[in-house]
Amino acid sequence: MTIAQFLVLSAAMFSIGIYGVLIRRNAVLVLLSVELMLAAVNINFVAFCRFLEDTAAGGQVFALFIITVAAAEVGIGLAIVLLIFRNRASANIDELDALKW
Amino acid sequence: MVTAAVLSGSSILAATGEAVERSDGGILAAGAWLIVLVPFLATLAITLFGKRLPRNGGELAVGAVAFVAVYGTVLLLATWFGDGIVYEGGVTIGAFGGFEIEWAWVVDGLSIMMFFVVGVVSTACFVYAVGYMEGDVRPTAFFASFTLFAGAMLMLVSAANLIQLLIGWELVGVSSYLLIGHYWEQKENSSAGMKAFLVNKIADIGLMIGIIIAAITVGSFTISTIMKKVVETDAALDDVAVVIAVLLFIGAMGKSAQFPFHVWLPDAMAGPTPVSALMHAATMVTAGVYLTARMFPLFEEMAHEALDLVLIIGAITLVIAGLLAIVQDDIKRVLAYSTLSQLGYMVAALGAGAYTAGLFHLFTHAFFKSLLFLGAGSVIHAVHSNNMSDMGGLRKDMPRTFWTFIIGSAALAGLPPLAGFFSKDEILAAFNEGGHGVVLALGVGTAFITALYMTRAVSLTFFGTYKGDGHPHESPAIMTVPMLGLAGAAAVAGFLNVPGITDAFYKLVVTRLVSAELLGEHATSFDLTALGLGLAAGVLGIAVGYRLYYEDASTQHERDRLRIPGLWPVLENKYYIDDLYMNGIVNPIKGPIARFVNWTNGNIIDLIVNAVGALTRGFGRFVYGGLDQRGIDLAINEAGAGTGFLGGKLRYIQTGKVQQYAAALFGASIVLVIGFWISIT
Repeated sequence: MTIAQFLVLSAAMFSIGIYGVLIRRNAVLVLLSVELMLAAVNINFVAFCRFLEDTAAGGQVFALFIITVAAAEVGIGLAIVLLIFRNRASANIDELDALKW
Repeated sequence: MVTAAVLSGSSILAATGEAVERSDGGILAAGAWLIVLVPFLATLAITLFGKRLPRNGGELAVGAVAFVAVYGTVLLLATWFGDGIVYEGGVTIGAFGGFEIEWAWVVDGLSIMMFFVVGVVSTACFVYAVGYMEGDVRPTAFFASFTLFAGAMLMLVSAANLIQLLIGWELVGVSSYLLIGHYWEQKENSSAGMKAFLVNKIADIGLMIGIIIAAITVGSFTISTIMKKVVETDAALDDVAVVIAVLLFIGAMGKSAQFPFHVWLPDAMAGPTPVSALMHAATMVTAGVYLTARMFPLFEEMAHEALDLVLIIGAITLVIAGLLAIVQDDIKRVLAYSTLSQLGYMVAALGAGAYTAGLFHLFTHAFFKSLLFLGAGSVIHAVHSNNMSDMGGLRKDMPRTFWTFIIGSAALAGLPPLAGFFSKDEILAAFNEGGHGVVLALGVGTAFITALYMTRAVSLTFFGTYKGDGHPHESPAIMTVPMLGLAGAAAVAGFLNVPGITDAFYKLVVTRLVSAELLGEHATSFDLTALGLGLAAGVLGIAVGYRLYYEDASTQHERDRLRIPGLWPVLENKYYIDDLYMNGIVNPIKGPIARFVNWTNGNIIDLIVNAVGALTRGFGRFVYGGLDQRGIDLAINEAGAGTGFLGGKLRYIQTGKVQQYAAALFGASIVLVIGFWISIT
């Protein structure tokens, strides 16, 4: 196993995440794509931690942090989506342009 | 910082090698600046707080001059019973060019004599004034100016340099202007003040130029430095000494009211009587005599021609003024012309080289003339008129005024043993000794005239029957006590300098930095010719006056019977000198000047003002239209409009679509990454 394999996987996941964030119309799927990007970053952290033989395990700790933050973020994000859905009977973010000029 | 320009005994300037021991007076002389400062502080205090005091500031004024009188007396006694004080101390105020400007005071016999006279006479006049000015319209202003007047005179006589002397000189002029015009509601009073000021000012130009020439020649304003050059017979000073002396004397002529500058003094009677008393006795008019005496070595050693001028001017003044005194109806004007005449004596005495005699007459005259003025004031206070035609028979109603007035008159007429006898005799003796026959004749003639007009004044005022309104009463004690004091002084002052017997006064006034030889001769015995002539003239004058005026008549005009046709109108009109000045000098100057000024005002000044106005308007228009509207406002408006336009265009970026924002974010990140990657490779 080489680090390149992990990095390729991570890059692929991140790109899929970006694609999802930019293209998807459904707010839930956009959130899901964001989670995908965060997971890609986590793979990077853990992989580097393993291959650089970090005895303090800083990369793993960071990965745990990111998981925690991601959980919180999704919690708030889904709550917002839920409220929007209740108000407008739609989760299509193209229609959520009330803040335009 | 007190600079010790202290000159003690060893540095006495003597033409010969004779050394005279002098003391420097110790703390007494070093503190003499208080004499000048106290009246000025009192003036300030009266101006600020006078109105709140029970006597409107009169008590402060009296306190200040009483201090001067006491200090002067102490100095006088110290110099008499010591070696004689000669001291100069000063504070340097500044320097420009090679000239040091300092406030310096000189304490020597001459200035001590003046401190004493000014102090004592001022105290008498001030105490009197507290009574006289009761119920006056502006007592506080009066006392402030009056104290300033005394202070200015003390500044003048204490001056060790000519600049300070000039400052005192001008302050005397200013305060006299204020005092003469005290009742300025009447036009003639303020005019009299202005006349006094202007006539003095004209003469002052001479003094100023003289001071400047002297200072440039000698390189210092300090009088003792000039005296040193005189003693050393400095060639540069010798060349211009006559010019300096004449110019200084022109200044002296103005203040001492010598012909042809005498016209202001009789008009100065417009002021309150205490002012006249002080002005005619101790301050102001004696300033010129003092200046001449102070600079006497310069006249005596280097400018004898100027001394001749002094003699001639003095002689002219003493006669013409004496004659005018006979025809006056206003009692104060009689005394005013008498003062002129006596000043003529003093000046002529100095001109004849009799330094001591001139100053001695100043000394004695100060007492009896202030006494006479206070007496006249007391009479005026009682009668409410200045004119002798409203008086008569006041002898019974006002006994104290009468007796003191008699003493003053007798002293003025030169009756022994009163003060005027000794001083006038000494002057006549000096004329005789100097070989000035004509001046002696004029002096003796004027002694006759003096006795005549004083007898006339006394007769018309105090004898016969009362011609005025109401019942005159004796003045209160606050007015009569100073008169009694002055009467005492007038009676005994003459004994200070009896030729051959006492020489206290002589010793006093020659106690100076310059040695006594430079100050003229002193008579050591009676000159029997002069004495006899003077006394005979006085007695004859009284006799003629008695014959002419004593007898009562229904009106004072009838009693006043000496009316020589031809001469009388000339005297009544004061030799037409005032008319000559008015029509010959003042109006010809005034008219064209007024026209010129008017023309200048209409054509030049208005033109300038209008041009400036138009220019300003044009400039304003340019600033408003050109700069403000088209420049600044335009820039601001354009900046605003530009911002609005740009904002209008840029707002379309704000789509509100989250994914567009995210795309921009990622795109920008990629651009940054690429930029970063390029920069590190």
